Amino acid sequence: MKNIKYLLLRRVTQIGILLLYFGANAYGWSILSGTFGSSLLFGSVPLADPYTTLQVLATGFVLGSDVLLGAAIITLFYFVVGGRAFCSWICPINMVTDLANWLRRKLQLDKEQTTHRFLKRKARYWIMVLGLIVSAVVGIAAFEVLSPITIMQRGIIFGFGAGVSVVIAIFLFDLFGVKNGWCGHLCPLGASYSLIGKASLIRVDHDHEACTNCMKCKVVCPESHVLHMVNKESIMVTDGECTNCGRCIDVCGDDALKFSIRNYLKKEQ
Amino acid sequence: MATSDNNRRKFIATTLQSVGLTALGGLLWSGYSDEVKASALVLRPPGAIKEEDFLKACIKCGLCAEACQNRETNIDRHTGLSKAGTLQMAKGGDHQLIGTPFFVPTEVPCYMCEDIPCVPVCPSGALDQLSVSNEAGELDINKSRMGLAVVHKESCIAFWGIQCDACYRACPLLGEAITIEMHRNERTGKHTFMLPIVHDTVCTGCGLCEAACVTEKPAIFVLPNEIAKGVAGDHYVKGWDKADEARIENAKAEETVTELSKEGTAAGYLNSGDLY
Ligand code: SF4
Ligand code: SF4
Ligand code: SF4
Ligand code: SF4
Ligand code: SF4
Repeated sequence: MKNIKYLLLRRVTQIGILLLYFGANAYGWSILSGTFGSSLLFGSVPLADPYTTLQVLATGFVLGSDVLLGAAIITLFYFVVGGRAFCSWICPINMVTDLANWLRRKLQLDKEQTTHRFLKRKARYWIMVLGLIVSAVVGIAAFEVLSPITIMQRGIIFGFGAGVSVVIAIFLFDLFGVKNGWCGHLCPLGASYSLIGKASLIRVDHDHEACTNCMKCKVVCPESHVLHMVNKESIMVTDGECTNCGRCIDVCGDDALKFSIRNYLKKEQ
Repeated sequence: MATSDNNRRKFIATTLQSVGLTALGGLLWSGYSDEVKASALVLRPPGAIKEEDFLKACIKCGLCAEACQNRETNIDRHTGLSKAGTLQMAKGGDHQLIGTPFFVPTEVPCYMCEDIPCVPVCPSGALDQLSVSNEAGELDINKSRMGLAVVHKESCIAFWGIQCDACYRACPLLGEAITIEMHRNERTGKHTFMLPIVHDTVCTGCGLCEAACVTEKPAIFVLPNEIAKGVAGDHYVKGWDKADEARIENAKAEETVTELSKEGTAAGYLNSGDLY
């Protein structure tokens, strides 16, 4: 049981949140309504996605204060729980790409991990900036036109239509194309949460004394480069690209990894 | 030395590659985005701002559609269950900007709810509450302008002389947005044409008339305002209408000089006697 604790918790959270959103439309629940772009918590607290908000602002439209306040609340929230906690605990696409990744391992598709010359993990930051530029030039929130995240979420709430093809495309790309292709290389939304994650409080902590160098964590981690300290130093995973998914903690048999709170007061060693 | 040269060349190559790919991506992305916002034939929720701005503003939260879906008046009287709401969130295949709310009158028209549940929930400003409020600041759905109903008289059976006032009776603003104009039917000599006429100063574009129309494909249908309405331009003024004259109060006369007119004004030329 131990080695799927966080995985289970995440799936329960992801599905639970989607259920709340679904119920808001289907049954008029008011716990969490709207979509990730902008939501209402308990019918009163506004929430808004920071990157979506920036895209709308880039078009030159002066947004309502509810959205701005909502974006501030969400930024603050992920500053505490870890930027890309959104990715691994909320985003529905994560279930799709995790499944693709799991299948890859089962089918042993990534035996020879090739370095993709054209596709670097930094690409997402370029795409993120490009998204804002295109928004400004064309006059619509550019990533929202093709975002598989909200297409999938709206699909679940309002019905999929042809939008399902985008989700399938992501699945196939991650399965047969590039390992961690979408979430680890392309997704600008994940990139924006990575930036918040750079300074986040809740992070994974590594205890190098306890580590037996089994490398299970690196195999399972979707952003394995963030675990560069494993069996080298006892420091925290401070890279914003860590999704706080806790899979590394799950699979570690030696208690060498755990969630911890970054202490800004203590001088970082 | 050779390796550092090699490294530099490699660095320049990868930088060029990144820049090139970014530019390519940007161009493709812009082209695609521009394409998807092109559809002009769309009816937006009440209070929606100008389409061009709406496309920028709407954050695609769906709160308007959810409010419409869950409004109290959307309960089926017979089953007690809620019916399909008016507002749909565009999905792939709808050929509208994905994630934005719209409605199709022949599927579900807008019922012009007095409390307009769909508008105040909009967090972004894409739906403007002020535009559907009266002077006292109270919500007033009659102020909404989702579109304009247009009658295609060749397929409207009332224009054939057959009695039908389905659209008229369906209109929440009957007698104002649609009136019935009577004309003598010369063909039979003893009947009256009862023609539905839409008035754009009152019609909200709710589409209840379109949904009620009895013809196979509705002869009355709602079009977006920008498409349904012509513009006469500033040089045509209703001289008998004070309000219309006010429209050109600040208009400035612009004098252009051409080869012919540079010698004198048009009036001078016309009065010079050369014409006869
Ligand atoms: S990287 Fe993007 S798609 Fe993947 S989990 Fe994060 S937000 Fe979702
Ligand atoms: S370091 Fe651990 S928590 Fe972070 S992404 Fe990798 S597996 Fe998940
Ligand atoms: S006014 Fe029209 S769109 Fe708005 S909630 Fe009522 S029926 Fe729906
Ligand atoms: S409530 Fe406003 S921002 Fe949200 S989907 Fe409707 S129009 Fe767009
Ligand atoms: S759309 Fe039709 S029913 Fe609605 S106000 Fe206009 S004329 Fe009346």
